Amino acid sequence: MRIAVCIKRVPITGGRIVLTADARAINTQHLGFTMSPHEECGVEEAVRLIEANKGDSVVLTLGPPEAVEQLRDAMALGIDRAIHLQTDGQEWDGESTAAALLDAIRADETSNGPFDIIFFGNESADSGGFQVGLRVAYALNRPCVTGLKRVTLEGSSVRCEQEVEDGRDVYVVPLPAVLTVKEGLNLPRYPSVPGRMRARSKPVADVTPARPAPRLELVKLLVPAGQGRRAESLGSGAAAAPAVVDVFQKAGVL
Amino acid sequence: MNVLVLMEPGEPSRQALTLARKFGEPHGLPVQAVQPFAPDALAAALARAVEELDAGAVFAAGTDRGNEVMARLAARLNLPLAANCIGAAPGDPATVTRLRWGGSLLEEARLHSPRPLVTVAPHTVPADDGPQPPTIEVGSPALGDLVVRVSDHIKPTNGGISLADAKVIVSGGRGVGSKEGFAIIEELAGLLGAAVGCSRAVTSAGWRPHSDQVGQTGTKVAPEVYIACGISGATQHMAGLKGAKRILAINSDPQAPLMLNADYTVTGDLKEIVPAISAEIRRARAGRTSS
Repeated sequence: MRIAVCIKRVPITGGRIVLTADARAINTQHLGFTMSPHEECGVEEAVRLIEANKGDSVVLTLGPPEAVEQLRDAMALGIDRAIHLQTDGQEWDGESTAAALLDAIRADETSNGPFDIIFFGNESADSGGFQVGLRVAYALNRPCVTGLKRVTLEGSSVRCEQEVEDGRDVYVVPLPAVLTVKEGLNLPRYPSVPGRMRARSKPVADVTPARPAPRLELVKLLVPAGQGRRAESLGSGAAAAPAVVDVFQKAGVL
Repeated sequence: MNVLVLMEPGEPSRQALTLARKFGEPHGLPVQAVQPFAPDALAAALARAVEELDAGAVFAAGTDRGNEVMARLAARLNLPLAANCIGAAPGDPATVTRLRWGGSLLEEARLHSPRPLVTVAPHTVPADDGPQPPTIEVGSPALGDLVVRVSDHIKPTNGGISLADAKVIVSGGRGVGSKEGFAIIEELAGLLGAAVGCSRAVTSAGWRPHSDQVGQTGTKVAPEVYIACGISGATQHMAGLKGAKRILAINSDPQAPLMLNADYTVTGDLKEIVPAISAEIRRARAGRTSS
């Protein structure tokens, strides 16, 4: 079985987002980075499927040179190899991201055969475009099911559970397929020390796609005005309990 | 100029319709036109209607269904898609303002497209009381567009109060310290008839299931009172709290972002404060029955 998983490097924003001077990006000077949360679950699911069925797993990302850290993180969890679509750090829109990933996936499939499953996050944590996985699926003419909280192989098909308002909708689609997943699909493991060591020597193939002019063109970012909450202190320690109960009574929840 | 709107039941589609009127004369395609739900068939129907009505733009609510169908339409028509917008204006290029980071950040963007495709973030644009648009007839879908379709439905297992509907939520973060530490959170929640929530740090540590997680990648909540115990208030968490009416934060760090974005705060050790609140509720209730 062959599985690909596409991830995105995003900053860990903490409590308050600060923008760069030109307001076109987040000031990441003092921030760490991670892969987008939904995709962590995509990586975990890929690793579990390969552990159970044997085969080859590949992680792909489009991002700056530093995004190799997130590729190594995925390989530390058990992914076999990586393809890094290097950028100069500029923002790519969903359409161009999908096109670049599609080229890389096609090239890999030409040499190694089709992927049974390609995982994406349902949407990235930062730009939230909700489209990259679907665009790749459409171009490959493969079925795509989105927002998945459970994935089960059933012979040459995959059973997919999608969270909806009143429970879960079930889809069964033939492989090969493209699946976009959400956090909660599984509980991603922590990388082991041997896993981290192995990841260092796993292969990373670099490609440098050209960035087309974005048709969804970022002009600037804004931090929205706060919700205007002004915290009233009810005191400190256990002595504040009566004041808290007063608040509950006024709110009509007691 | 004609514009298309994918109509789902409920307010978010009426909000999308409101924004669509700025672009032209709306025509509605009901999401229930294809039963059971088959997103490719809906995208194909929208693509046909775009052609027939020479539609200048297509709108949908930025719901899971809306975003999914519109992304499929964008792929089909080879057009860009602006998802989760809170504003859009026609022009060449069209301009949009959209949510990033689950609403913690806004993006102003130009949409270079002969037919803007836009989804509208729910509850960010007030709905007007304009007329319902005429409904587009959907023919029978092609077999190839039914490969992805809902074939079964699983009802939620009814374990307590659902986070999304809870009137009161008692939520714990890293400060709770352990899986066992949630006993005092559960006790308070029990007394208040509240749901138990948690932050992402807690689910990642395996202390609570993901179904308890409040935030950008968890559940978005709208309770009367949200009680945040030992939660710092990263943007990931705050993105799930935009609908909360009152927030009470309990934290040992008075400078934690959640303490600065709450309505009420109590500073100190939650392991003392939370049981004290439970005891005080019991005392208040006992006083009420004895008097």
